[in-house]
Amino acid sequence: MSAIRSADRRDFLKKCLTGAVVLGASGKMGLLAAAEQQQQQQGAVLAKSRVVIARDAMLRGVGTTVDSRRMLSLLDRAMQALFDRDNPMETWTKLVRPGETVGLKVNVLGGRGLSSNLQLIEAICERLQEAGIKANDIVVWDRGTDELEHVGFHVSTGGNRVQCFGTDRVDYEQELAMHGSVGSRLSKILTQRCNVLINVPVLKDHDGAGVTIALKNMYGVIHNPNKYHPNGCNPYIADLNMLPEIRTKMRLTICDATTACFEGGPGYKPEYSWKNNALMVSQDPVALDYTGWQIIERKRAEKGLKTLEGDSRAPHYIATAADAQHRLGTNDPRSIAVVEV
Amino acid sequence: MSRELDAQKGESLVIRGEQSPFSCPLDRRSFLKCALASGAALGVCEFAQPLVAIPSWAGPQKQDDSRFTVEAKFYQKLPNNKKIKCKLCPRECTVGDRERGYCGVRENRGGTYYTLVHSRVCAAHIDPIEKKPLFHYLPGTLAFSLATAGCNVNCKFCQNWDISQVRPEQVPADYAPPKLVAELAKQRDCPTIAYTYSEPVIFSEYLMDAADAGHEAGIRSVVVSNGYMQEEALKTAYGKMDAVKIDLKAFTESYYKDVVVGELKPVLDSLVTLRKMNKWTEIVYLVVPAMNDSDAEFRGLARWVKTNLGVDVPIHFTQFHPEYLLKNLPITPVPTLERAKAIADAEGLHYVYIGNVPGHPAQNTYCPKCRRMLVERVGFTASQMLIRKGSCPFCGQPIPGVWHA
Repeated sequence: MSAIRSADRRDFLKKCLTGAVVLGASGKMGLLAAAEQQQQQQGAVLAKSRVVIARDAMLRGVGTTVDSRRMLSLLDRAMQALFDRDNPMETWTKLVRPGETVGLKVNVLGGRGLSSNLQLIEAICERLQEAGIKANDIVVWDRGTDELEHVGFHVSTGGNRVQCFGTDRVDYEQELAMHGSVGSRLSKILTQRCNVLINVPVLKDHDGAGVTIALKNMYGVIHNPNKYHPNGCNPYIADLNMLPEIRTKMRLTICDATTACFEGGPGYKPEYSWKNNALMVSQDPVALDYTGWQIIERKRAEKGLKTLEGDSRAPHYIATAADAQHRLGTNDPRSIAVVEV
Repeated sequence: MSRELDAQKGESLVIRGEQSPFSCPLDRRSFLKCALASGAALGVCEFAQPLVAIPSWAGPQKQDDSRFTVEAKFYQKLPNNKKIKCKLCPRECTVGDRERGYCGVRENRGGTYYTLVHSRVCAAHIDPIEKKPLFHYLPGTLAFSLATAGCNVNCKFCQNWDISQVRPEQVPADYAPPKLVAELAKQRDCPTIAYTYSEPVIFSEYLMDAADAGHEAGIRSVVVSNGYMQEEALKTAYGKMDAVKIDLKAFTESYYKDVVVGELKPVLDSLVTLRKMNKWTEIVYLVVPAMNDSDAEFRGLARWVKTNLGVDVPIHFTQFHPEYLLKNLPITPVPTLERAKAIADAEGLHYVYIGNVPGHPAQNTYCPKCRRMLVERVGFTASQMLIRKGSCPFCGQPIPGVWHA
């Protein structure tokens, strides 16, 4: 005789289905995501993908450089809001465990003025170390070492310091990683140097894809991104993010929206950039990209520019990433909780 | 750092390809000797991977970008945001500042478009001309063959994807300026420089300069290309070539879209343009099982060639081997290739060959009038060459081609 009575079984199945829907919609990944999902199922508190936008109008004080102390505080606020925690360290200790190796995939292609902010990276590294990650188990990386240096990162490849270098120092895997339309060699930094990935993109307009935020930042992980720009990068961006090496390691996106770009991206053009003094944080990269896209559209409207759709470059890849073949997250605004702090 | 190919220095080189039985560190003389030997070996097993000569290279390292960077010839500056439009191939990439085109070897720097692969040779080898394959062009001679990184399509079956589908900084390279290439070709008794392996469309500026240097030194030039090129660029760049081999990868737009990531029509247009330019042209059609091997495609292709190019253009139906993104398919059955040839023969084409099948009689050239064998080939070696003054010695039928230097 079954240990579960029929009524209980019905409830059980109902809960399971609810959970599955939530999982399908949010696309969260990693340990914390699983814990969060469990909490959601139990308390039915959060059914939406949360995207936190944290702002600090005084992030730069009266100057142009971001204040390190205020940046750390801004990051804490964002993380606490994302994970509903009073203590910022609780978020990080749930996100990573001592002994793990963490890659911070930054974006420095925009050059000086429009790359992942140095103070933000310092703040993330500080919190990671306080959570028990050894300094030399943290790798700050992008495609090219020169490009990292150009925007102000100090290259470091040894010692007990945070590591910082480009894939050009270690090369790409010889074997191709394939999914759908994508067949690429992956950076050995991703495959061999880190088992946790934190994505640190920049909020930018993109002349081909429409916008480049979280999902497209993974183009910096592969050897042949130039092959995946036709058709507004669709479905390439979604297919790329489906690669297990990316999907299983990705735990969090911290989008640098301190300086953002609403036109003429992805390169830095001061006339098309604005000091937004914000961070966007989410575990759902699709929801984050959708939310970022809306921010860029609002700024374009404010500046009297056409919508991206009107400019024939709406970021359709975001919908593809959310579709039934990908389920990387949700692009449905009804399923996204945007939290501004 | 990149290194300079220098005929005088005798630098240490390595034959690239770990799987190759010929992998060995070599001085330049040995390298060339080995290259020739490998060419002979390839004659026995002609579908072996091409060997590639590159400098000793322990891993990824910085190359001196500036020496390979030359302003591109085929592009248009756009009015906004320092963008440019590339006019080299039909893709017409619009490229923003600090970005590259689809090929990955051309970069917009502040509104000026640059090729990053001028004189940046990532593969160099001495091959029999038959390996290109060019069967009606100086049979039995050698071609000083070279490539840079990059390609303007992304064929799922690419045999050389490790150089064609990468950015130039991702593969080791030699600095080989045009005059040096011509000098090396001459020193090694190669009457021809061949631009091949990856996709020469994307290194057109280098190809043009090398062809000029070669011609000054009495060395000809041939190109092995996909023909996916804009007309003006084709006329300007391939106008300097002495012969052209075009890979016509299929006869349907859907195949070009899905498997090649390109378009058929511009390639057909290129073939017609080359014909009008009176360039000696041969066509290769790689037959991929179940993807481009229908009777209708073979017949359509043959009829199109007959109508637009004439019956004397050689066509090579070659055998596919699983590689790159198409590893799930078998090699092409020989009967499929024979079916393709039979259809093309029946449509009236005079020179239809079967390639990548060692020992197949359809590797030989036969007189279309008296049917006698005129050129016998064993692998990539022309073992017997009977054509005299461009004609069949038995019946006097003119045999089109470039038969003598």
